[in-house]
This record gives sequence, structure tokens and C-alpha cells, in this order.
Amino acid sequence: MIPAIVVLIYLAVVVYIGIFAFRKATGREKAEDYFLASRSLGPFVFLLSLFGTNMTAFAILGSSGHAFSNGIVTFGLMATSSALIIPLTIFLCGTRIWALGKKYGFMTPVQMFRDRWECGNIGTVIFAVQAALLLPYIIIGVMGGGTTLNVISGGLVPYWFGGAIVALVVMSYVFFGGMRGTAWVNTFQTILFLVFGAIAVVVIGTGMGGFQNAVNGLLSSPATAPLLTRERISPYYFFSYTFIPLSAIAFPHIAIFCLTARKMAQFKKTVIFYPLCIMAIWLPCVFLGVMANRVQDVPAIRAKVEARRVLATQGKTLAPEQRDELREQSAGDDTLLLLLQRFAPLWLAGLLGAGIMAAVMASDSQILALSTMFTEDIFAFYGGKRRFGESVQVQTGRIFVIILTLVAYAVALRAPETIFELAIQYAFSGYAALSPLIIAALFWRGSTKWGALASTVWTALAVIAVAIFQATVPAPAPGPATVCATIGGIEVLTRTPGGTAIFGFMPVVPMVIISALLMFFVSLLTRKPQAATIEKYFSKPST
Amino acid sequence: MKRILLTLVVIALYILHQDIWNWRTPYPLIFGFIPIGLFYHACFVVASSLVMWMLVTYAWPSHLEEEIEGSDRKEEGGR
Repeated sequence: MIPAIVVLIYLAVVVYIGIFAFRKATGREKAEDYFLASRSLGPFVFLLSLFGTNMTAFAILGSSGHAFSNGIVTFGLMATSSALIIPLTIFLCGTRIWALGKKYGFMTPVQMFRDRWECGNIGTVIFAVQAALLLPYIIIGVMGGGTTLNVISGGLVPYWFGGAIVALVVMSYVFFGGMRGTAWVNTFQTILFLVFGAIAVVVIGTGMGGFQNAVNGLLSSPATAPLLTRERISPYYFFSYTFIPLSAIAFPHIAIFCLTARKMAQFKKTVIFYPLCIMAIWLPCVFLGVMANRVQDVPAIRAKVEARRVLATQGKTLAPEQRDELREQSAGDDTLLLLLQRFAPLWLAGLLGAGIMAAVMASDSQILALSTMFTEDIFAFYGGKRRFGESVQVQTGRIFVIILTLVAYAVALRAPETIFELAIQYAFSGYAALSPLIIAALFWRGSTKWGALASTVWTALAVIAVAIFQATVPAPAPGPATVCATIGGIEVLTRTPGGTAIFGFMPVVPMVIISALLMFFVSLLTRKPQAATIEKYFSKPST
Repeated sequence: MKRILLTLVVIALYILHQDIWNWRTPYPLIFGFIPIGLFYHACFVVASSLVMWMLVTYAWPSHLEEEIEGSDRKEEGGR
């Protein structure tokens, strides 16, 4: 129970930071202050909070869980592709989004799209798709909070109650502190996790008798040796994953965060240090996730390994429901927490648990982003701000925060997928497919609102199609995938144990490529915005 | 020319991410416990950071910065 108490104290500190930010706000009834911290974040807070915003339960619990089942491939798959693509997109697009926001007062990507392509209702369609895709990401945070508190307290805090506490805490500091509170909390959380992540590696490594022993142990067993290679994942799948980080700049919370920097120079350190921050968090999580396979004296871990073994050896003879049950039993989302319980002293497990909780709670930025989008793209756009004033707009944003958190919590209680699968299959792939919108708006004079609409509708339909396909065709046992469509002997559509493959690639690949092609060809065939509008975005710098 | 070189560096890094040559072996174990596939990608992250430094140093969109900060100065001067 001690670790759970330490985590609860930590949560109280986080709420205090949010309320402190609320008191610090000078013009707190101004929308720009509540939603963008008056575009005033300094370099240190900007780097750590932008990074912290991207580090969710998915990064911490999902990565160690994925590594527990699939091995070291997780690091190359998710972390290093992000280490290249995310800072690159922040460098190319984030700086331009910041400049346009500063110049024209944009607070959301949809505001920019509406102005850039001279569209009103198409902007609303983009908002609707962005909002629908962001919700699962928020749910991840609540689910991760429930899992973390449940495991840290040794089961004393039930999942539903842990999720409720996390939802309440996040809701409180977002409600009071807005962007300033969220940025400060994210900075605090990122520091905490970076510090305690390093301690966790040392403590667990020592507890296991040194990593060299653990690695040799893994190599000596044919069942675990492949975890130290990448043979459990195909090179096609690995390549596909490099498309996923394109989602980062298309996520509204990241684009909105780019608007909070005081100066453009603040992007420099963020772009350079972002890859190193990724390594500092992901490398320990992945490595410890793999090493957990050696910890057979923890009953929960032993049960997971056994469930994985049964699935691999008898999966083909089992009913789909039984396979799903075994998959759920073998999922390793709580692996890191189980290692802490086993190897760290109680007080340290609490602090480390708080560090993990810090990353899990990154859903705050998404909640605030959705609230910003709702109040700016819907409430203000359809006349609410003009009729009721800016103060009411901010209050509406706060009410939206409450409603959104409650909805996310309700869904989290019923969501059957593991944290990792839920995130990847819906939010990440969908946002990656929306990235051509940002790129076309910023870099291509010829792009049009109809091209943007085509990409957006395609993204929505593709996400729905993948969800229906996976719900209809049960996941096969580990081994050969279920082939659902072929052309001339070539496998076109397959149901894999982990999801769907199209020509062997993850759905995100065709989703992004087709989205980009639609943007290109539909824009070529349709009318461009007025020359004056295009000049606003592409005028040559005066010398 | 500078932009072309930087673009080629970024493309080269992207290709280097697909290190199929390390796919099926954990050996050599670096420092006795880090499989080569994991070590390679840790080095890849450091290389990414260096490339980002190159981009920031040699391809920074300073025209955007000057435009905004110039108009900020004008606004402050007008007050």
C-alpha cells in the first residue's frame, strides 16, 4: 500500500501545480491565455512539455509490454523511427505552424486549414475526424492510470477506481491551469520519469543479478532467445512502422503545442534533443520489458509466459474467443510495474510508480487540445464567441474538459483491447493518414479544400474499414496469417495475429499513400483558393 | 547544394533505419549484455540527433523568424 500512497501524494502535487498555474495567469479569462499560455513558453518548458505530451501510457506501459512479447525489435520499431521522423516534422512543419499562428492568430490546425483553403464546413468535417481519432488516445491515459494504480497497490485499488482517480486529477489541473498548467505538469512529469527511469534500470538490473546473467539466460532457451533478435517481426512490418510517427505533427495537441513557444528559436533545442529524450525513456522500458521474461519467480509474469506458450503451441486448435482470452492473459502492459514490485523497495517502487504515472497521464494535452478545438473550431466559428464573449468561451472550454474526461473514463471501463493495440490501430494510423493535410497546406500552393476533404474522408473510411475487418475476422494463432484476398497468387489482404496486413504492410502504409495521392489529384482537378490567400502563405521573404 | 546534401543525409539515415543485416542475430553482445540490434538502434538515435543539429545549423528557416520578430519589434515601437 505504501507505493500507492506515494503515488497519491504525487497526484496531489500535480493538482497543486495546475492550480498554481491558474493563480499565476494574468489574463485568465482570455482564450489565448487559457488555451495557449499566451504563446509564452520558454525553451526548457517547451522541450520537456512537448516531449512529455508525446510520452503516454503507450510509450511506457505499451512499449515494455510489446517488448515483453516481441523482444528488442520494439525499440527500432517505435522509438528510433520516431527519433528521426518526429523532430524532422517539428523542424519542417512545427516552425511554420508557429510562424503562421503568431502572424494570423491561429489557435488550432483547423483554423489554419479554413483560412488557407477558404473553407468553412469542410473545416468542420476535419474537426470531426480529428476529434473522433483523438478520443482513443485520451482513453489510453485513463486505462494506463487504472492499470498502474491497480498493480502498484497490489490490487487494493481496483482498475475502475484507479482510472477514476487519474481522470479526476487530469481533469482538475487541465480545468484550472489550461495550457500553462498542462505544460508545467508535463515538464515536472518528464523530469520525474527521466530521473526515476534511470534508477529503475539500476535497481531492477541489480535485483536480477546483473543483466549479463539475464541475457545469457534468455539466450540459453529456444523460446526466449529470439527476443534478443528481431525475427518475430517481418521487415515489411518494421518498414511500415516508419509511417506511424507522421501522426505526431498531425495530432492537434502537438500542432497546438507548437503555437505555445515564445520564440521560434525555442524549436532548435527541441528538435536536437528530442531523439535523445526518446532514447532515455524507451531504451530502459524496452530492455526491461525483454528482461522480464527471465523473472519466473513472479506468478503474474509466469502466467503471462505460460499463456503465450499455450497460444503458440495450441492456438490453432482453440476457438477465437479462447485465443483472445490467452492474448489478454499474455499481454505485458503491467510488466514494468510487476518488475518494480518484485525488485524495488516499497518507497522506491512508489516513486518509480509515480514516474510511470507521470507518463501515463500525458492525456492532459489531448483533453486540452480537444477543448481548444471545440471552443475555437465550433463554438467561436459558429458565432458563440461573438454572441457571448471570450469569457464564456473559456468557461465553455472548461465544461468541455469535464464532459470529455467523463466520456473517456466510461469508454475506458469497457474497452477490451490492450493499451498498445488500441492506440496503434485507430489513433496513430488515422493521424498519419491526415499528415498530407498539414504538409500540403504548408508547402504546396496548388492544394485545395476538395483535396483536403478527399484525404479526410478517406482517412475516416479507412479507419472504420480496418476496425470492421478486425472485428469480423478473428485474429489467428501465432504463425501463418489468415489470407482473406489474393490477386494472381499474391496475398493482398491478411488478418495477422496482431492486426491487418495489406500486401504484407501495415494498413498505415496504404492509408498514408492513398491520402497523399487523393490530396494531389483532387487538388489538381479543383479550383484553387484566391491568389491573395495563397500569397499570404507563400509570399517570398523581403530582402 | 547545401539543401540537396542535407536531404540526402536524411534519406540515407532513413534507409539505415532498415538494418536487415542485424535481423536474426543477437551477436555480438555489446558490453556483454546489449544485443547488436538494440545497440545499433541506440547509435541510430544519436545519429538522428546529430542530423537534427545539422538541419538546425545549416537549414534553419530564419526568414520566418525574422519576419515575425520584425513585426513584433514594429508593434512594440508603435506603442
